[in-house]
Formats: sequence, structure tokens, C-alpha cells
Amino acid sequence: MANIAILSYLKRDSLVHELTGTTKLIFFIAWSVATMVTYDTRVLVVLLFLSIVIFKISKVRLYDIRIVLGLAVIFVVLNNLFVYLFAPEYGVELYESRTVLFTIAGPYTVTLQQLFYHLNMTMKVACVVPVALLFIACTDPSEFAASLASIGVSYRIGYSVSLALRYIPDVQREYHNISQAQQARGIDLSGKDKVLTRMKNSVAILLPLVLSSLNRIETVSNAMELRGFGKDKKRTWYSQRKMQRNDWLAIALAVVVFVADMTITFWDGSRYYNPFL
Amino acid sequence: MPSPVISFQDYGFQYMAQAAPTLHHINLDIYPGEKVLIAGTSGSGKSTIGNCINGLIPFAYPGQKTGKLLVDGKEADTGSIFELSHTVGTVLQDTDGQFIGLTVGEDIAFAAENDCVPQDEMKQTVDKVAKLVDIDHHLQHAPHELSGGQKQRVSLAGVMVEDVKVLLFDEPLANLDPSAGRTTIELIDMVHERTGAAVIIIEHRLEDVLWRSVDRIVLMDEGKIIADMSTVKLLTGKNLLEHGIREPLYLTALRYAGVEINEALHPEHVEHLVLTEEHKAKVREWYQARKGDISSVGHGEELLRVEHLDFGYTPQRRTLQDVSFTIHKGEMVSIVGRNGAGKSTLAKLICGFEKPIGGSIYMEGRDLSDDTIKERAMRIGYVMQNPNQMISKPMIWDEVEMALVQSGMPKEERKERVEETLKVCGLYPFRNWPVSALSYGQKKRVTIASILVQRPQVIILDEPTAGQDYHHYTEIMEFLKELNGRGYTIMMITHDMHLMLEYTPRAIVFSEGRMLADTTAAHVLNNPELVKRANLKETSLYTLSMACGIDNPQVFTECFIGYEQKEGYNG
Repeated sequence: MANIAILSYLKRDSLVHELTGTTKLIFFIAWSVATMVTYDTRVLVVLLFLSIVIFKISKVRLYDIRIVLGLAVIFVVLNNLFVYLFAPEYGVELYESRTVLFTIAGPYTVTLQQLFYHLNMTMKVACVVPVALLFIACTDPSEFAASLASIGVSYRIGYSVSLALRYIPDVQREYHNISQAQQARGIDLSGKDKVLTRMKNSVAILLPLVLSSLNRIETVSNAMELRGFGKDKKRTWYSQRKMQRNDWLAIALAVVVFVADMTITFWDGSRYYNPFL
Repeated sequence: MPSPVISFQDYGFQYMAQAAPTLHHINLDIYPGEKVLIAGTSGSGKSTIGNCINGLIPFAYPGQKTGKLLVDGKEADTGSIFELSHTVGTVLQDTDGQFIGLTVGEDIAFAAENDCVPQDEMKQTVDKVAKLVDIDHHLQHAPHELSGGQKQRVSLAGVMVEDVKVLLFDEPLANLDPSAGRTTIELIDMVHERTGAAVIIIEHRLEDVLWRSVDRIVLMDEGKIIADMSTVKLLTGKNLLEHGIREPLYLTALRYAGVEINEALHPEHVEHLVLTEEHKAKVREWYQARKGDISSVGHGEELLRVEHLDFGYTPQRRTLQDVSFTIHKGEMVSIVGRNGAGKSTLAKLICGFEKPIGGSIYMEGRDLSDDTIKERAMRIGYVMQNPNQMISKPMIWDEVEMALVQSGMPKEERKERVEETLKVCGLYPFRNWPVSALSYGQKKRVTIASILVQRPQVIILDEPTAGQDYHHYTEIMEFLKELNGRGYTIMMITHDMHLMLEYTPRAIVFSEGRMLADTTAAHVLNNPELVKRANLKETSLYTLSMACGIDNPQVFTECFIGYEQKEGYNG
């Protein structure tokens, strides 16, 4: 079976990997909020620089995450395209000045302000994406549930994430097997048939898959109950690691970045840095 | 005498969704440190008893009970399933499904995590029990990196972290290959000795469980306890076959030879049988009288030929290497070997689900390389292990008709074909029934019918009898034999040694992606070297014939099978 892991845990030996799941989760949340909020170009430049540094430290190669990265690029391009199509003068409004570079057609002129706005928007995504990818690629799945629980999320929710990670490969394998056997009975899912027929055909695979998954769920939930899952409000975690010096440093860094980001961004009462006035 | 740790007192139970009770008037005491086997066919109520003990009944499966069940002196249904889990540790049948953690260590620790055991202490406990069941070198492994036997060790360790008084095993042998099954029985025995917990094994494969002694056997049928006695008493009586449980093969062989099975014989283990010279002479006599009957099967025309087949999901790791064999028209062949030996991969290659790296497959001399899955399916049918994996229509007729509808056959012709197929499969009376009204065995027939309707020349079945008791096993296999008699060529992937011996004259043996042997089933199982390499298990007939001084255990086995088939399944 083709084993295409689009994005999964990559075991490496790096500073980022050594951090506990909790640290990475806190860092990821702080970082995301910080970049979501700000449109300040000066802040974004610093954040972008930092996120590239962190990426380097993690020893994850671009090649490892090429598929997700590709998707992110497509997303950014489309996003920019649509923003321009629907609001070609948004930058002018924001920055309260208008420097026309050239005109494409009708209302679509290219202004320096609009380009600057697009630059900021793209940089925001470029700041978040590496950190988000690293959070997934460098956190041992075993630690996911524990780290969610440690920031106050109910362990039941945390554990369902963990269970999904555990059983997704099994269900994929099952899907593969069922679809092969059904293909032998003339169920074709390749593009040759009409959409309606293909939808009908996919039921022939999904129905047995759903039924067998329900069976699986029954077994799993029995097995979990038989071993005392859900007994108390709390539970301990086998694979949770203790916070080390580096964890505190990383959290300190996240706090510094967050506070600095907020301060600089809101210093003059606006989320935008305006070089045009 | 100490008080029982489990005590059923005139206990009865009816599931909420069912019209009639599943258990009637059960009286059963199990004492601390005892080892008890609960045997019975599927539907006999043996699993329900297990669920009552561990608390799945009534906490997960509600229903009506009568009488009393005491677990460790307390009424079982007054507390919670969690309280019971401190007394009773359960190892479920599905080794994959009950593996909850992402790694071995986490899975073993699961119960301790829920108990809020501090991490340091938990790690020590995990290391200790992992060592006990010999899985301590795999603590970081994910479930898919383990064999079935190893997963079972993990499950066992997972319930042992709790320091329970009762260990309950629900059909521990169902998903294991023969040699892993044997190791499991040894492991259970070892854990029983070391922990002193009471052990309850629920299983219908009597001979396999008896590889290690048990104190008592409880035989169940139709929700009642039929017998509750020592192994010797049960084996010398006639209860087993009447209630759908197969007695050990060596005892059947002795009966055939006219030897009376009594206590003096010590019938519990084939190694420890006490046979007098007179007994041995009787067995030899029986053998001499029959060994002439063995007729070798003539080969029909060549149907399917596999030549130098190579396959691997990655080029470095081959799952199949240089496999060649020929299947003739009208044959019934077993493909055997341990889990992961490449058996299923072979089936996928033949059906065209996967493409080989090298080698070719020929059907009646024609190379199949360029045929699509659909084209191959007209000649080669593939039946998955579990019928629920294939059935996708609510009605039997529609399910069987599906492949024909897809191929665009006109309605009249379809009707004729489906009717004919349903008649062959004995499903014609049920043609307008919903699939959900059928038993497991009947569903299996529906899936076979849905394949036969395309009129393939070869049918490949993946583990056709996995998890089935003797009765259902016989039902399915007799049906396949009948199909074979009608001219269908049948290949079966299996690790059931009885199936291979009784139904398929020929067996192809795989191990680690290579073909080890292509010979008669009796020859495979009487060749200790081959048995070991392929993770199989020699039959007790081999041991018996050696004990009786028979020079050729293989022919002895063949005589036995031949005799049994002639005399029918009830002897």
C-alpha cells in the first residue's frame, strides 16, 4: 500500500524535539495569536526571521513537508488573488494615500499601498506556517493528549485526538482492502464514470467501512472501560515529560514575543504600520 | 476451603435487544488461583458469562438478570465497571482493537494512568510486567510493528499492571497462527503460576488450550452449563461432540482404532498418554488395514500458473520473492504460513490489486499482466475474511446481483444468473430476505454467492473459517467442498491446520515472502523442520503415530483424514 504521510511526526534529534509537548503547544498558541493580531511590518519581519531560525534548529527539511508547504503556497496565492479581485483599493483605504503604479483594466489599478497590504498579509501566513508545521512534525503523538490536558483541556478530548492518531492507519488499511475487493465486483472509482454513479459506487465501499468501524469502536470503548478509562476527573500520563530548563526558556521567549508584539502593534492605536504618511 | 472469587448463583441473563434469555440457571463457583476453561460453540453463552464477570454486562450491555453473581464477595452489578476492573483483568479476542496506546509502553500503562499512578511508579510497574511477558525490548514500538502474538503479550501485560485476582481471556487463540497460539497458551500458564491469579479461558479450540493443563472444564451449550468437571472426566465422556466441540484428534484416532478412552490412558496430553502394548497394536492394526486406501489425486489441466513472482512495497523490502507454482483445474489448495508471510499479498497479486515487480501470472496459458482488476474478476474471485467487509446492500438479492448490474448485463439474464447462483449456494429460499437476518455462516455464503455470480474459474478465500467454532467451520467447509465438487477450483489462505489437513490435499507453504514447500497437507504437518520454519504446529496425530511405532506418520495422518471423511463428521 502506498504510504503517503502528508504530515506526520518526524523523529529527529533537535532542540525543538526535546521540548515537551506542553511547551510547544503554548508556544504555538502564543505565536499564532501574535501573528494573527499584528499587521505591523516591522514586527512581522522580526517574527519571520525568528520562525525561519526555529525551523532551521528543528532539523526538519523542506523536503519532508513539501506537500503541505505546496498546499500553503497555493492557499496564499489564491487568497491574495481573491482579496485583490474583490477589494483592489483596500490598501488605499487602510493607508490613506494612493500611489498608482499602473492600471490593468477598469477599476483594477495597481497601487503601492495595495501591494504593501498584500506583502503584510503574505508575511503573516509565512510566520505562522513554519511554527504550525513544526508543532505537528516535532511533537511525539504520544505527547499530544498529555500536553492538551496540561493546559486544561479535558483529558477525554485529548484522548480522542490520540485515539484518532492510533486508529487512522488501521481504518486507511481497511478502506484500501475493501475498495480493492469491491473493484473486483465492478465497482469503479476511477474517473471514467459519471459523478452520480461514482457517488453511488462509493457507498458500496463506505457502508462496509462504516459498519466495520462501528465494530471497532465498540471493541475499543469496551477495552478502555475495562481498564478504567473515565473513572476520575484526572489521570496521569505515561509519556508526559518533565519541564526542563529549555522549556522555560522557550515559554519565556513566547511570552516576550507576545508582549512585545502586542505593545508595538497597539502603541499608536492601530494594528497597521503606515510608512506612507 | 476459601470462598470463591466468582460465584454464579442460579444466574440468568437476557440482553435487552433479545427475545429470549441467553443464560439460564447458571451455578458456577471459581476459586482463587484456579485455572478454568469455559468451552462451547458460538452462541452457547460462553462469551456472555465472560461479559458478566468483567462487568460489560450490565454496564455496557444492559439487560434483565435473575439470580446472583458475586465477584470477590460483592454483587457484580451494584458497583461500577471500574471497581470490577480492579479484580478482573480481561484480555479481549481482538488483539488489534484493544491496543489503545500509540506505543507498547503507553498501552501497558493505560490502566495505571487512569488510576492516577504517579509517573515514576508507573514506569517501574510497566517495566516489571513487560519483562514478565517478555515484551520489554519493544516498549517504544507501535502496534503495526508487532506480530499478533506480541500484541497479545501487550494486552496481557496491560491487565497485569492492576494486580488483579482474576484473569479472563476471551477466545485468545482466534487471531493467532498455530505456533503463536501455542506460545500464548504457555504464556497464560506461566502468568498463572507466577501471579497466582485465577485464570478463566473462554475458547472452543479444546485441543489447543489443553496444550497446558487446566483444573476444570466448563462445557456450555444453549445458555446452560452441560458439564463442569475435570479434563479427564470430560475427555472420557461423550459430551463434547454432542455439543459441537471437537475432541483432540489423537483421541478420535484412538477411538477409531477401537481403543477405549478411560482414565488409565491419561488422555489430557498426547505426550503423556499411557498406551499399553495392546493399544499400540490396535492402532497399528487399524493403520495397516487402511493404508492401502490412500489414493493419490490425479492432476487436471493447468489453470493458473505463477512464475518467479516478486513483489515489495519498496524495492529494498520484498514481501514476496521468486514464487512459482501451478494450480490445476478442480483443485482445492491451502496457502499456509504465519501472519505476514506473504499469503495475502500473493492473493492481491493474482487478483491484480497490486502489480508485481517481476514475474508473471498465467491463466490457461495466457499472461494476465495487462488485464485490469475487472477483467481478472471474471475468472478469479476473491472473498474477504469477514463477510461484513464485503456486504454493501441491505437485501440478499441485490448484494448477489451487484457485480452483474455493474457490468451492464440485461435484466432477464441477470435474474437467471442470480437465481442459479442462489440455488447453488443454498440461499434461494432466502432470496428476498434482508442480509441482516442471516447468521455469520449464511452471510459468508452470500459473499461467496456474490463472487460466484461472475462465474470465476478460481475462487480465492482469505481465512474462510477464522474465529468459527467447529459447527460453523464444518458448515462453511462442507459448502466449499461441494462447490469444489461442482468443478470450481478453490484456493484458501489459512492458518487453520485442521482445515488444511481435512479439506485440501495440497498445501503451499510460505515463510517470510518465500515459498517453502508445495506438497500434500499431511506431508507438511509431519515434517518437523517445515512446521518450525513456517510457524505451524505438528498435529497430535504425528505424536500418536510415533508413540505407536508407526513408521510413516504422514500416511497415518492421511488414513485418519480419509477415514473421517468417509465416516462423516459425527463419527
